[in-house]
Amino acid sequence: MNSSSSVIKTAFPVTIPVLFGYIAIGIPFGLMLVKAGYPWWLAPIMSVLMYAGAGQYIAIGLFAANAPLAGMLVTMLMVNIRHIVYGLSLIEKFRGVGKWKAYLVFSLTDETYAILTGVKAPDNIKPGSFYGTIALLDQSYWILGSVVGALAGELIPFSFAGIDFALTALFVVLLMDQLTRTRDMLPAAIGLLCAVAALALFGPGQMLIAALCGGLAILILVRGRQK
Amino acid sequence: MTPIAGTIAATVLMGLTILATRAFPFLLFSRRDPPRIIRFVEKYIPPMVMAVLVVYCLKDIRWTESPSGFREILAIALVILLHALKKNALLSIFGGTAFYMILINIWK
Repeated sequence: MNSSSSVIKTAFPVTIPVLFGYIAIGIPFGLMLVKAGYPWWLAPIMSVLMYAGAGQYIAIGLFAANAPLAGMLVTMLMVNIRHIVYGLSLIEKFRGVGKWKAYLVFSLTDETYAILTGVKAPDNIKPGSFYGTIALLDQSYWILGSVVGALAGELIPFSFAGIDFALTALFVVLLMDQLTRTRDMLPAAIGLLCAVAALALFGPGQMLIAALCGGLAILILVRGRQK
Repeated sequence: MTPIAGTIAATVLMGLTILATRAFPFLLFSRRDPPRIIRFVEKYIPPMVMAVLVVYCLKDIRWTESPSGFREILAIALVILLHALKKNALLSIFGGTAFYMILINIWK
């Protein structure tokens, strides 16, 4: 069992929460881009080439303000620099993924990272194609959401308000699974304290990178010498 | 407003910038092993990150104004309860999300 359809059947259930979350936050992105005066097809171009939720939302504002290119790039660097921390914990896992590696690195969003750290490829599926299919499904949901929002965002009669809570719930569930598996509360407690402190000190816009850097530094201090 | 040709060029360059942040650790340690200190802590990074992301999802709540985060806390409590009892990720996520969507409609 290694045909692509059977890989998709195994990978799809893992990605369902991301399907709902990405459609829910992709639609407002597409709608905002069109409302800023840009053609609908810029939405899928951005979702294919950039594939970063917060980054793409911020880019709309930068385009609308006609920000200088250097400013745009520095902003993207600051918003996305957290990905370095993610990569550090996936170096081993991505060693044996073969031709999927480049795409897996490219498509490492918060949500795909969260799922990939929690899943193990079934014995009958190559890890590379299992992880790669999860990543590809996630990006396809994001592209789909942004196109629907750009083309039909204003026609959607019902409110999606609250459906993006699926991503919050996804992180809660994955955190609980991590705690069950490792039986070790300390790393999560460090993350929680750093995040609350960073939110209080730096506000919603800057908290993520501050919390992750602080959390990584404390982890190294308390666990850096243990086996 | 940036003209459309400019947005496409900027999109390509911003995409490369984002890719650089994602690829950096893999390029840095493609030929040599990460330092011992990173190897010791790498398995502790995912739970730390997950806890940060949970808080990040709640960052825009205005705690000083009614209903000051009660709806989110109740919905997260339901997710935790469902997941502790049933251990079914999809049930926990969709049960919590459906409950939250109802809550924000009846409790404004």
